[in-house]
Formats: sequence, C-alpha cells, structure tokens
Amino acid sequence: MSVQFEPVIVGFLCNWCSYRAADLAGTARIKYAPNLRPIRVMCSGRVDPQFVLKALLNGADGVLIAGCHPGECHYVNGNIKALRRFLLLKKTLAQWGIEEERVQLLWASASEGIYLAEKVNTMTEELRALGPLRWHDKVLGGNGAQPIPVKEV
Amino acid sequence: MKKFAYFPGCSLEKMASSYHKSALETTKAYDIELQELDDWNCCGATTYFHVDQLLAHTLVARNLALAEKERLDLVAPCSACYKNAFFTNKVLKDDPDLAEHINFALEEDDLQFNGEIDVHHLIEIFANEVGPDMLKKKIKNPLKGLNIAAYYGCQIVRPRKNGEEIENPQYFEDIISAMGAEPTYFPERLRCCGGSLIMTSREAALDMVRILLQSAEKNGAHVIATACPLCQVNLECYQEQVNEEFGTDFKMPILYFTQLLGLALGLSPKKLGIGIELVSATPVFSKLLPKEAN
Amino acid sequence: MNDTKSPLEHEEKVGVYVCHCGTNISKVVDVDDVAKWAENNPHVEISREYKFMCSSLGQELIEQDIKEKGLTKIVVASCSPHMHEGTFRTATENGGLNPFMFEMANIREHDSWITDDEEAATQKAKALVNAAIERVVHHQPLEEIPVEINPNTLVVGGGIAGITAALELADGGNHVYLVEREPSIGGHMAQLDKTFPTLDCSACILTPKMVDVDHHPNITLLTWSEVEKMDGYMGNFEVTVRKKARCVIEEHCTGCGICIEKCPFQVVDEVFEAGMGKRKVIYRPFPQAVPKYPVIDKENCAFFLKGTCKACEKFCPTEPNSIDFEQEDEILKLQVGNIILATGFELFDVKRIPQYGYGKLENVFTSLEFERMVNAAGPTEGKIVLRDQKSSPKSVAIVHCVGSRDENYHKYCSKVCCMYSLKFAHLVHERIPDAEVYNCYIDMRTPGKGYEEFYDRLLKEGTNFIRGKVAEVTDSARTAEEEGKLIVQVEDTLIGRQRRVPVDMVILSPAIEAQPDSKEVSQLFKMGCDFEGFFIERHPKLDPIATMTEGIFIAGACQGPKDVPDTVSQGAAAASRVASLISRGTVMMEPIRASINEDACSGCKICNNMCPYNAIEFIEEDGVSRVVTALCQGCGTCVAACPSGVITGAHFTNDQLISQIEGLLWDMRELEPVPAGKEEKK
Repeated sequence: MSVQFEPVIVGFLCNWCSYRAADLAGTARIKYAPNLRPIRVMCSGRVDPQFVLKALLNGADGVLIAGCHPGECHYVNGNIKALRRFLLLKKTLAQWGIEEERVQLLWASASEGIYLAEKVNTMTEELRALGPLRWHDKVLGGNGAQPIPVKEV
Repeated sequence: MKKFAYFPGCSLEKMASSYHKSALETTKAYDIELQELDDWNCCGATTYFHVDQLLAHTLVARNLALAEKERLDLVAPCSACYKNAFFTNKVLKDDPDLAEHINFALEEDDLQFNGEIDVHHLIEIFANEVGPDMLKKKIKNPLKGLNIAAYYGCQIVRPRKNGEEIENPQYFEDIISAMGAEPTYFPERLRCCGGSLIMTSREAALDMVRILLQSAEKNGAHVIATACPLCQVNLECYQEQVNEEFGTDFKMPILYFTQLLGLALGLSPKKLGIGIELVSATPVFSKLLPKEAN
Repeated sequence: MNDTKSPLEHEEKVGVYVCHCGTNISKVVDVDDVAKWAENNPHVEISREYKFMCSSLGQELIEQDIKEKGLTKIVVASCSPHMHEGTFRTATENGGLNPFMFEMANIREHDSWITDDEEAATQKAKALVNAAIERVVHHQPLEEIPVEINPNTLVVGGGIAGITAALELADGGNHVYLVEREPSIGGHMAQLDKTFPTLDCSACILTPKMVDVDHHPNITLLTWSEVEKMDGYMGNFEVTVRKKARCVIEEHCTGCGICIEKCPFQVVDEVFEAGMGKRKVIYRPFPQAVPKYPVIDKENCAFFLKGTCKACEKFCPTEPNSIDFEQEDEILKLQVGNIILATGFELFDVKRIPQYGYGKLENVFTSLEFERMVNAAGPTEGKIVLRDQKSSPKSVAIVHCVGSRDENYHKYCSKVCCMYSLKFAHLVHERIPDAEVYNCYIDMRTPGKGYEEFYDRLLKEGTNFIRGKVAEVTDSARTAEEEGKLIVQVEDTLIGRQRRVPVDMVILSPAIEAQPDSKEVSQLFKMGCDFEGFFIERHPKLDPIATMTEGIFIAGACQGPKDVPDTVSQGAAAASRVASLISRGTVMMEPIRASINEDACSGCKICNNMCPYNAIEFIEEDGVSRVVTALCQGCGTCVAACPSGVITGAHFTNDQLISQIEGLLWDMRELEPVPAGKEEKK
C-alpha cells in the first residue's frame, strides 16, 4: 500500500503581514496545499532559531518563516533581525546535512494571499521530492549525513 | 592586451569591409586583440527571428558556444549581430530548459552553450574597456574643426540590454570628443534608419533616411558617424535615391566611427578603407583644421 | 533558551469549542470528529462542537461552561483571531476568567477554506486544535494597561489636510500644535489658481481657513519649524521641534512689509513660484501668508554671506527693531497625546523622462509652473505666455500621466491630474480664445462629484482629445509647418495613426509622489511607508486614517494621491478619531510586552540595541537591562535574542510557543528512530 508522502511544514507567520496574507488566501477561497501548519507570532523577529530546530526535531519536514517586506515591518525592522538569524541558521543546518529547501524565509505583505499560497505549494512539492526529514536518523543517527555547501548569500 | 572573440558578421566580409579593416586597426592601436571566431555562422540578422525563433536562437547559440570554447567574450561590430547575440545569451541563461534543448543540436558540432561569456558591441569596448581618457592619450591628429554627428541607430539602444540609459546616451559623443572633434547633437540620433525596410518598403525607408540626414545637416554636421553596417549603407548608399525621391541635395559623408578614430590616430585613410565610398568623404578632410605643429 | 518547559502550576481544565461556522468549516472539516478527538487530550475537561460560536448563544455557552464546569482555559477552533479574538476574550472574561486565558485555532481561513481534501483538512484541524490546547495551558493572566491621553495634539504639516485637522480639533475645545516647515501654512493649495470642478479661486477658499488658524486660541502655530525627534508612546509623546530662526522677532513685527520692499536682493523662488518668479531674500512666500512674519533666507542674504547690507534692519519702523540677525533656532519639547501627519506630496521630477524635453526645450512646462503662471497673483499676473514672457501660445498640448501608470516610474494613477489637465485646457480656452488645445491622455478619469460634467464641458469647449501616450516632445521639424514648434509625437489610438502635433507650448502633468523624505519621517514617527513612500494606513478600506502605530494618524496626500475634497474629509476624520480618544481620557493598551528577569540578567546588553523603540534601558547601578513597559510594543525580538533566555514576552512566551509546536506535530513520531521499511507518518 503506497500512500503519497505528505510533508508537514510548520509556519511562523507574523501577525501584521504574513498571517493576514494567509487569512486573505482563505477569504479568497484560494486552494493550496494544506501541508502548512501555521503558528502566529507578533513579529518574525520573535522567531528563535531554536523554535525551528524544535519543530524539525518533533517531526516537521520543513519550516517556513514569513514576515513583512523589508521596510514594512510593523515593528520597524524585526524582519531584518529574522533574516540575520535565518542566514546563520541556514549555515548551521547545512552542516548537519539538512537540505536548504527545508527551512525557508519569505516576505509576504497582508495583501499577498495568492503569493503566499503559491509559495506554500512550491515548498510542499520541494519537500515531497526530498522526502521525510527523519531528523533522528539524519542528524542524531549520523546516518551518513554530509554537510551541504552553502551558497553565499 | 585584452582579447575578445571577434564576430564580424556577414556584412563585414564585403559590403562593410572598411568597418572590418578600421576595427582591426583601431583596436590594435589600443592593445585590444580581436581574435576572429573560427567558423562563425550568420547571426540570422533581423529577419530570421520572425521566421523561427528556436532555429534563430540555435544559430546564434552556435557562435556563442564557439566563443565559449575560446573562453573569450564575444564582440560584434554590427548592431543587429550584437542584439541577436546579447539576447540569445540572456534568454538561454534564463531558460536552462531551452538551453538544454538547443545543446542537443550543438552537440553535433561538439559544441555546448553554458552561459559563461558576455556579449559586447564594438563601440562598448571603446567606451568602457578603453574609456575616453585612454582614447585621448593615443590621438595623434585630433580632428579639430570637424563636426561629427553621432548616429547610434536603434538596435544598439533598443531593447534595453543592461539597464543602461537609453533615452539620452552620451558614450558615442564622448568618443567623438576624445577624437578631438566636435560631437554634433541631432535629435533624431536614436531613430531607426529603416534597416531592412529599404528592401521591402523602399519609400518608407527612404523617408526615414531623409529625416536623419536632414536633422544631422540642420544641426551642422559635416559627417555622420555610425556603428552599424546597415545604418551606414542606408544612410550612404541610398543618399542618391533619397535626393531623387525628395528633391533634396544631400552630400553627407557617412563613415564608421572606427574610420574616424583611425584618422585621429594618424593611420592612413587607405588602411581604414576610406576612399571607396559612394558619397565622397573628401569634405571630411577639407573641414579638418590644419594640423598644429606638435 | 531552556528547552525544558516550566511545569504547570496546577491541573488545567480546558474547554474546547469547535465551530461549524454554518457549513464554512463543517463542509470540509469533520468537526464532530475533531471535537471528540480533542477529549483525548489530558488537559481537556469538555469538548463541544457548535454551529456558530460567535453568536450570543455560542458566547454564553463558554460563559456557562466556565462557571458550571470550573474551566480554567478556553480554546475556540473557528475563524481567524483577527475576526473574533476580541469576541471570545470578552466571553472568557464574562465567564469569570482573565480574558487572556483564551486561545483560538484558525481552522477556517487557514484550513477549511483553502482545501477540498476533507481528510487532510480534518487532520490539520486536529493539529491546530491540539497546538492551541497545549499552548493555552501555559497562558498567564494579563491585565491591559491603562494609559492617560494627553489632550494636546500635534499636527505635522500645514497644508489643507493639516489645517482642516487642526481646526476641527481646536473648534472642539482641544489644543493643537500645528508644525509647518515652510514660512507659511497653505501648502500646495496656496499655489493653485482655480480648483476643479467648481473653478473656485483656491486662495479665496483657503485663506479664510488660514486666518482661522492664525486667530484660533486653541492652535499654537509653529511655522518655519520641523520635528526632529519623537519619544514616548500613545497618549504620551514628547516631540522635539526645531523652530528655525526667522531673524524676525515675532513679538514686535507688525507685518508691514517694508523690509521686503527695501531688500535690494532677489532670488528665483524655487518653492512657492516653482521657479517661475522671484522673491526677495527677506520674504513672505505669498501676500496672504500666515503668519505674516517674514523670514530671512540666510543662504542668500548679503549680511550672512558678506556682512553687508542690513537694509531690512535699517528700514524696520518698529521700536524695538523687529530684525534680529543674531536670532537662534529654538528647540521646543512638546508634550502631546496624539499626532496627525499631514505632510503632503511632491511632484514627479519630469527630467527623469528626457524624451519629453523638459529643461532642454524651452516651452515645456510642468503643471505647477503653469499653475503659477495662470494665477492672477503669480509671476505673469495670470497671462499665459511662453518663456520669453511676451508671446502668447496659439496651440498648447497637455500631456497626461507623466510618470504615472508607467511601469518604469510609478505604476499607480495619481488621481487628480486628469481633472487639473482639463482645468488647464479650460483656462487656455478662456484666456486665449482661439488657441488650439490638445489633451493627450490614456484614460479620462473623472469620478468625483461634478467631474464628469466638467469633462463634458471641456468637450464642448472644443478641446482636442488625443487618446494616446505621448512618445516624444521634440523640436526636430520635418516639414515647414513644424518649423519653430514643439512637436508632440503621439499615437492616436482612436484613429489608429501616429500623429505629429506641432504646438507652441507643452504642459506636462507629473505624477503625485510622496515627499522625498517620507521614509525618514515615517521612521521618526515609528510607522511605515510603502515602497512608493506613501504612509501605510492601518487598513486600506476600513481605516485609512490610522497607522499601525497607536497614536499616530495620517491625513491627505501623504497617504496617497487625492483631491481637495478627499483630503479635507481625511483631515476631519483624523481629527474626529483623535477627539474621541481625548474625550475618553484613558485608553487601554494591550499587555503583550516584554519583561526582563533582572535576577538572571547578565547585563550583556545585546537586547538594548535590538529594540526599535529604545524601550530597553541599561541600569548601570544594578548591571542589568530593564524594559520600559510603556514603550515596548511587544514584537518579541529581544526575547528571541537574549542568549540567557531571561526575557519573557508576555502572551508569546517560550513555554507557550514550544508547547504550540509540540501540539502541532502530535501525529509525528520522530523522537524515537523509525525502523527501516516501516510506513511513514500518516
């Protein structure tokens, strides 16, 4: 019995922009992959990288952090801090052999419901192709996981 | 010595052989080596892209692949060749699927397009690679007293290639200033010369040529400098027909910017292919102020 | 950050309510299944499904259950918290609990509405509900913070928007500081001649309002002044204003204007006259300027440059003399409760479109230049003339959409240009009766009251309308009739032909842009502006006057291009909002704030610089950092940044969020290794 693998993505959406964008996608009845499980934070700057690791450890196949566009953060520049942390986190994840598609950062303003939906769809497909993360094997089991070279941003 | 893969294009073989000669002479003077691409093929000119885009891109891609093989950027003196090469390079770089598809054909010739090189127009080399200051340094006979109208033509500016200024470019006029001549600004300098319309819709093209000649003359030009063989041909070779058609009396010499640059460098007119024009270039020489001793 | 959570202080009794929302949720999500499944969670005391939780009955259900079943926490799985978080927090409170003992799971906008896959939707709903349950058990009671509102208001910008807002507030008995950077209030409206569609004289309708501002006992007018800094928070702002030195002592000056008359030096007036006319070095921008006190332009004044002249001082008749070359800028600190930004707009720089010839071809004008020209009090006394100051144009082309509706510059429509372009056409017809006027437009946008009728009038006046975007304005004549003219090359799309229209004068209608410093201004006031520079409103439809920052409001063109009626409406609306806040006297602020455990703080100060509101101060004596609660806006950046994990973000604590993550992934088993070949998670 083969069941198509459905990746689970934990999403950290900021209250003012991306969460509202997700709401808008719903209000507009845009159908997109139900694989995203959102968590509301006031600002993407609240996202502690350890939340990301916790999500992956607990079985998520990917994590999406979504904030306001640079210059539009409700709290001035929380999104920029999120970006800084994300860039460092990427390097760390790569060293553990975790593919870069698994943790992504994007900007979506409150009016960009369609855009967010499209991005979730894309990410779902990317993760589907990569398969389940299986953090325990990959990172803790030392299952031949090789560090992945990180493209300089 | 900076080296480039030189793509002369079909017209520089015969019709615009003076462009070819003067291009090689002037680049040599500035320590630029133009290594002619071995076994290059036609770029498709303006027509082929309207016939079959895929084949047209393939045609151009072959030249790009040849240049890639040499690991040299491609330089084209003709604006149409330049435009085709630039955009095919861009399109294939942005669309790896299409590039892969075309590479199937290029395989036959043991060639591959990998998007590793850039494409330049010959005049870009003088404007950017050499630059007006360096240009000036090697000038032996500054062309004082000569009013040269810089005719860009259209394909070199449109469509926009690198996000550059296309409504008010100055680089051609800067090159002319470096030659010691007076760059004559005329408002129609970015307008089309008619291109291949001269063969399909003669009257329309002749009118376009007339407008250019009229504008340049009105603004005091002694000679029009071009950077494209078709522009040169339309403006020069059809001048007589323009005069016939519209009752005008144009006798405007049309020279390639490399020919004028060559004169300023002190090279002999013969070496630069001057002397075989349909519209005599003699006024150019008569307008030049006598060379100052030094 | 500690990965281990704090243990719960006592056993929780969570009430879970899964809403059908009619069929909006229940059509896709099996709400019964979810409600039943939620009972399995050891924290859950009762789990129900209900048709419309937001109805009065639904809310009462919560209240009743809290009282009867001793519930300690509430979870409602329904729509987005942006819809009904307030509703259910109130219900929770009415039931006797602290309103923050509540969490919502969004299973509508984020679930039932985005997929048709019932199985996946139900699975996702369970995850979201479980996450909410696991989170809510860690919620702590929080109290909203009362804040007193200072009844003073600051209005920044003295154009028609600012003037309207100031007058509305002042008439209501509230004190207003009106700060304007130019020497006089009036803004762009003061530069206009006639206003569409009524063709009212702009100065005639504006100046009475300016006079009202001047005389109003409740308005403190600060012109030739700029805001330099803003500190504080809603209801309690401290704004630092620099009152630049006029070099005129206002207490003594009678406004007689002799100094202006006697000043021997003139410069081109780039601001009020748009470069079309001159002014003296000591000047009033226009005769009806408010306040009446002139200003010395230090950059061009002979005294300040070379130490000579002083004619103004010599001829000033007042005793003591009103001229004071030693006068210094004054720094004022204003205490206000609310701020209304009405900083207006600027026009697109038409030089960016070189093919329209402005600056190269003499007789190409911008709309503002033309506006000054037709103004009876302007540099040509209302005569429409070419740059030579004498010849009258016999043909005029007006180009719409210069920089607007253009991918290369601004995609948006500037809203007012079609109307004022028609106004210009009318004025040309009026003053040069046999002139030919060509309006080159893309679409004719005339939506306001009387606007379409105005367009109709212009059609009847014999204006030539060419529907096409102008490609080029050139002087390169090709035929005899084009000699000496400006040729407008445009495709007339209605007849499908290119046209070269020879005219004497071309007027360009440039896009309305945000002020060039709008980004800095928005940062100064801790709110945002969009990529075009316009200030961002709280909600484009329902709240165009508030911003995301409490206590800061916006009005007029700084929010987006608009005409005078809309500007006045917005100014009045902003004033009304502020007035209602002032009359309440106290406002409750959300308690979502950060706080630092000073016992555990190591004083590394990493958080200090992170805060965009400078809400964290370092206490030297104790060597710890402290959050100034009133300034904190609750973003949580410092919480995430603290390397020791000693900052708590109320209502978004680490415990809460980690629990939420764990609850969300209830169906993933990854803490033990999965034997090879075993089927994957379902």
